[in-house]
Amino acid sequence: MPGGRAPPRKRKELMNAVAQQNERPVCAQAADGEREYLTPRVNIFETPDRYVLEAELPGVNKDGLDISLDNNVLTIVGRRTADPGANVLYRESESADFRRVFELDPAIDTGKIAAKIDQGILNLVLPKTEKVQPRRISVA
Amino acid sequence: MTLTRWHKPNLWNAVPARRIASLRDEVDNLFNLTFGRLLQSPQDSGPGTQLLEGWFPAVDLFEDKESLVVRAEVPGMKKEDIEISLHDGYLTVSGERKQDQTYAAAETYRSERWLGRFQRTISLPCQVDADKIKAAYTDGILTVTLPKAEEAKPKQIPITVK
Repeated sequence: MPGGRAPPRKRKELMNAVAQQNERPVCAQAADGEREYLTPRVNIFETPDRYVLEAELPGVNKDGLDISLDNNVLTIVGRRTADPGANVLYRESESADFRRVFELDPAIDTGKIAAKIDQGILNLVLPKTEKVQPRRISVA
Repeated sequence: MTLTRWHKPNLWNAVPARRIASLRDEVDNLFNLTFGRLLQSPQDSGPGTQLLEGWFPAVDLFEDKESLVVRAEVPGMKKEDIEISLHDGYLTVSGERKQDQTYAAAETYRSERWLGRFQRTISLPCQVDADKIKAAYTDGILTVTLPKAEEAKPKQIPITVK
């Protein structure tokens, strides 16, 4: 499929899942008073034992990443490294930092969330607690 | 410098149920809607599936005394999937992001990231030294540094006072 996005196979949004708080992808939004943020594009997957969130944060490295969790609300902030000091002839990219807020499924074991960032892609693994994971019961 | 960024037509906003601001908008919307439907493949429906949409990574052009610098935001690429070429004063950056099969079997809640090919071409405002072009890929940003050709560099002309 050239130049397209893979359509989500299920549109089960907000349903006990990692939910999104604003519905405008990739545009500036005012948050924290006057600061403007960009909403990063994300993919969210669910497997039987975890959720996986991938967010596009071009220009953000490990030091510029700030992931915080408060009462099942996950906030991702990505600060970009400083712009090159050269003379701008033409510019399409935005200099604003990234921010996006998600409400987490209560089934997520918040103590075990793991994050890594590679080439501008944040990969967040959100494991579910043991008791909600499917398990096989063997018959003696 | 005659490069204008291609803005994808927002066909979803053309749905008649949305508020239409003026007659001109209405006519524009009718056109978009018709062509949008023509280009829409039959099995797809809803926003994000029209063929008019595509991946157009943001491209910047900077300049200092020594060189031109082109930056493109292409997060999550593999180095070998990015191509850079220079032809006749135009720099073309293209590539393809392939679908990650890791979560192919998983349920998908959100799929906002672009997949597939992109291509951006930028007209360079001066001659560059093609043999000395360097490209780096860091934090999802491709940076191409194009040293200016000798004749394009600014020259200081000394004035002698007699």
